[in-house]
Amino acid sequence: MENFRYLRGVSTLELDVPACIGCGMCELVCPHGVFAVADQKAKICDFDGCMECGACAKNCPASAIRVTPGVGCASYIVQTWIRGKNATVECC
Amino acid sequence: MDKQGRGVQPLCACGGLKMESPMDNTLQEKDGCCPDRGSLCACSSEKKVGLQPIFPTANQDEVCCGSPPGPESGPFERPGYRLLNFVEDFMDTPVGSVPRVKTHLDPVDHIGNVAVRWGINRDHHAVAPGLYCVGKPDRESPVLVTANYKMSFDVLRKQMAGLNAWILVLDTRGINVWCAAGKNLFSTQEIVHRVKLARLSHLVNHRRIILPQLAATGVAAYRVKKDSGFKVIWGPIRARDIIRFLENGMHADQAMRRVTFSFMERLTLVPVELSALIKPTLWALLIIFIVSGVGSHIFTFSGAWSRGFMVAAAYAAGILAGALAAPVLLPWIPMRAFAAKGAITGLVGGIAVIFIFKASLNVWAAPALILITTAISSYLAMNFTGSTPFTSPSGVEKEMRKAIPLQLGAVVVAVVLWVGSAFMN
Repeated sequence: MENFRYLRGVSTLELDVPACIGCGMCELVCPHGVFAVADQKAKICDFDGCMECGACAKNCPASAIRVTPGVGCASYIVQTWIRGKNATVECC
Repeated sequence: MDKQGRGVQPLCACGGLKMESPMDNTLQEKDGCCPDRGSLCACSSEKKVGLQPIFPTANQDEVCCGSPPGPESGPFERPGYRLLNFVEDFMDTPVGSVPRVKTHLDPVDHIGNVAVRWGINRDHHAVAPGLYCVGKPDRESPVLVTANYKMSFDVLRKQMAGLNAWILVLDTRGINVWCAAGKNLFSTQEIVHRVKLARLSHLVNHRRIILPQLAATGVAAYRVKKDSGFKVIWGPIRARDIIRFLENGMHADQAMRRVTFSFMERLTLVPVELSALIKPTLWALLIIFIVSGVGSHIFTFSGAWSRGFMVAAAYAAGILAGALAAPVLLPWIPMRAFAAKGAITGLVGGIAVIFIFKASLNVWAAPALILITTAISSYLAMNFTGSTPFTSPSGVEKEMRKAIPLQLGAVVVAVVLWVGSAFMN
């Protein structure tokens, strides 16, 4: 996926390093290799590779990862602008 | 021969022949079809004595009506159910009868999967959730979990040739693994529910289920373990790696863990993008022809047709540039924002359009057409973000806030220039 880079510095991904227990689950589930675990701590090694799918945060047993997950889909976002965030929106 | 065997015709030669009715002994014209049930067709060669009700029987050698009858109903058919083409047979297990599915696709499966790529029946392309199997699985066989989108299910079973395994299909409302996980349909709760419903703990001795890695967006592995007793093993992203994954002792290497977006993967997505444009295009064409008819004579149909045709061509070029060229050429088009990539392909398309029509365009009309093609292409390329496996919602929202005002502005300027150009002539 090195050929496919999206906008820089936009992701909402945050890692709380002191809370990390180094289990490696984030490294395992991330489809873009954003994390690497070394010395019992996870590290964000490719921040701009993050697509905010939320797999890491969902599977972190220590709740050390925060990200606002969502679908990176323009027609979905247009519909949430029109109908509001909580409306049932058809997408993709 | 008398009536119970006196037939002047060979038994059941009803294909367009004159037939003798067994009931009243008169000749009837029959035009190539079977008589009513019970009235004729004593197809049995058995001799009968006395007055007998005569029913058609199945074990006839000769053809009664038209083409030969189809095969007998199979052993797995049940009243009120339809046996699906991909079910081989059923396997008796401690938790009941489990359908064994084919590990190859039939033509009907291919047709269904091609159709959904074109947006046909896309919302109803589902299989029933529950337990299935391939090969001859036993109490030690692996359990693979998948979505009930028919295409996800087909892709998985096709890659399982030679395996003995259980497949647990979740109810993801006919949505694929990754999208269903994003919508919280391929979720922790759904897995726990289906594991219990399928009575998996009575079926297998181990306590492991293999999930596609992309389901991690909706499934917390540690919660599944806590709530169902089954440990989640994160399998490969693509079903085609499943055999290698199992041979490696349920270990996925890095290539199995990363999404890709190859040329073919991008091309496959084009038809569904195009099929979604049919309805808006009808409206767009109506507006195009109305606006193009406006001129110094207020409105002329000849203007609507000849000038409208040029705008329709610019519109079509915008669709090709934004929904075909931009997705397919994605990694080679400069810029990161999709709206910008689409604007670039659209600009090229727009210039091509004015070259075609340059004899009929003045200095107002030419930029109008370029702007139309560019704006449409930019918008469609931006919409393609939803089909890619790498755009973040924060990024998409950021580019949309900048791009949509520009796209709308381009269309407004184009309409002003286009209507203005009609008054220049």
